[in-house]
Amino acid sequence: MNEIKSSMAGTVLNVMVSEGDSVTSGQELVMLESMKMEIPVEGTEEGTVAEVKVTIGDFVNEGDVLVTIK
Amino acid sequence: MNHLEEVLENKSKEIESGGAEKYHQKLKETNKMFVRDRLNLLFDNGQYTEDGKFANNLANDLPADGVVTAIGKVNGEKVCVMANDSTVKAGSWGARTVEKIIRIQETAMNLKVPILYLVDSAGARITDQLEMFPNRRGAGKIFHNQVKMSGMVPQVCLLFGPSAAGGAYIPAFCDIVVMVDKNASMYLGSPRMAEKVIGEKVSLEEMGGAKMHCSTSGCGDVLAENEEHAIQLGRQYLSYFPGNFHKRTPELEGKLPSLEKSITDIVPENQNAPFNMYDLIDALVDGESFFEMKKLFAPELITGFARIDGKVVGLIANQPKVKGGVLFVDSADKGAKFIQLCDAYHIPLVFLADVPGFMIGTKVESAGIIRHGAKLIAAMSSATVPKISVVVRKAYGAGLYAMAGPAFEPDCCIALPTAQIAVMGPEAAVNAVYANKINAIEDPKERIEYVKEKHKEYKEHIDIYKLASELIVDDIVPGSELREVLVDRLSYYESKEMSAPDKKHPVYPV
Repeated sequence: MNEIKSSMAGTVLNVMVSEGDSVTSGQELVMLESMKMEIPVEGTEEGTVAEVKVTIGDFVNEGDVLVTIK
Repeated sequence: MNHLEEVLENKSKEIESGGAEKYHQKLKETNKMFVRDRLNLLFDNGQYTEDGKFANNLANDLPADGVVTAIGKVNGEKVCVMANDSTVKAGSWGARTVEKIIRIQETAMNLKVPILYLVDSAGARITDQLEMFPNRRGAGKIFHNQVKMSGMVPQVCLLFGPSAAGGAYIPAFCDIVVMVDKNASMYLGSPRMAEKVIGEKVSLEEMGGAKMHCSTSGCGDVLAENEEHAIQLGRQYLSYFPGNFHKRTPELEGKLPSLEKSITDIVPENQNAPFNMYDLIDALVDGESFFEMKKLFAPELITGFARIDGKVVGLIANQPKVKGGVLFVDSADKGAKFIQLCDAYHIPLVFLADVPGFMIGTKVESAGIIRHGAKLIAAMSSATVPKISVVVRKAYGAGLYAMAGPAFEPDCCIALPTAQIAVMGPEAAVNAVYANKINAIEDPKERIEYVKEKHKEYKEHIDIYKLASELIVDDIVPGSELREVLVDRLSYYESKEMSAPDKKHPVYPV
């Protein structure tokens, strides 16, 4: 299981994947908003989305798990 | 050849062959080179002059006492080298090993030439500790010398194997640490010791592996694929530096940038949209001239050497693609060391600013973002080399300061038409100033209109032409001409002479 974590504290602006989607390394999975900037969070390896742990508007801290990939 | 010469030759050959065959075998199994093969590859034409080859030769099983110390040339310039031999007692340090290292350091200081440390050592020989650990010319003297040499001559560490316990401070005091992936490691206590003393069970890679140090701890600067790559990186790194602080890096023939794209087309107008700063760098600097430091560590700030029309510069650039280009604790540390390194060897600094500011929130405040940020600002502020501040897009708050904003005596602060300089961005500012008023408006439509209007007013207030009119920025230049502008300005600022204010030294925030 590969955990995709938030690179910094911020708010979830958009979630681009849902459970069961196949994803590739480098694909944008979640868009955060922090410091008034759009912060893309990319996948680090190929796989299938096992779980999406956040919804739009959630506050996440650095290191929080956003998506798990299997 | 008479009898005496024959004895000498045999003895010499024996020493040059290093430790026992089984240890050579081990090198092969782990994709490592024998120390003398590394030196052949490092030095121009594989030529070098060695001292202390016969160190500890009466012991028979300790050829050269486990370290080769030599003078030779790299890129045509003299350098001193110390290189551990891991086939001799795992490259551990005895009394003569330490004395040889100290002497080659003294030679580098006397000749004012760079020194390279090719490290592959298990640390101190505990059995020899009284002779090599606590005394005046013991191991401590190596580190004392390194600190003394810092800023006098370039110090380069190529890490091929372990660098354990006290030995781990050799890389720590170097200007750059190149680590070979999978083989290089750095740690104060080995995993075995950690398990015994604190009960932690981890692998060597987790404890102090090359990837970890190059991406997480920041102790490593460049991750090399293998030993040949590490040696090539060491040679390339030195090409950006003068032999010592009295000299200047020689200029090369200029080259066209590798990316044939206008910078105007690379930088999005929307301040909040990410873009890849590497594209801008590739379109700005001479092709294949970019040498990045700490690429994997705190990637929201890019630091590296490059050439612009053949002249060496140090680039400090925010990366909007990573963490929005926001400055964090680690990026501040990374920038501070890089600036000090450039300033020590007269390498002009070019700042490419696109920064929303320093990160906020409990996580970074408790990690001391203020004092870490202060390090970056102090290093930038006290640098006396030419400093060019280019405001690419936003430069908000202390981000402007960290990127050599106008108050920090840059030789110039130039803006692209996309530049936006302010205490904070429009969204945050309008919210900060008018929060009560905004909340008091009950009709949502009316509220949105009001906020929109205030954004517009604010943007006009921080308009880049207004800032240029107030002489805050020295010029506004199109992205498509940025390279030419920098070529000219770098050549004008070459004659800059600026000495530090009269005092012993500043009290650096750490």
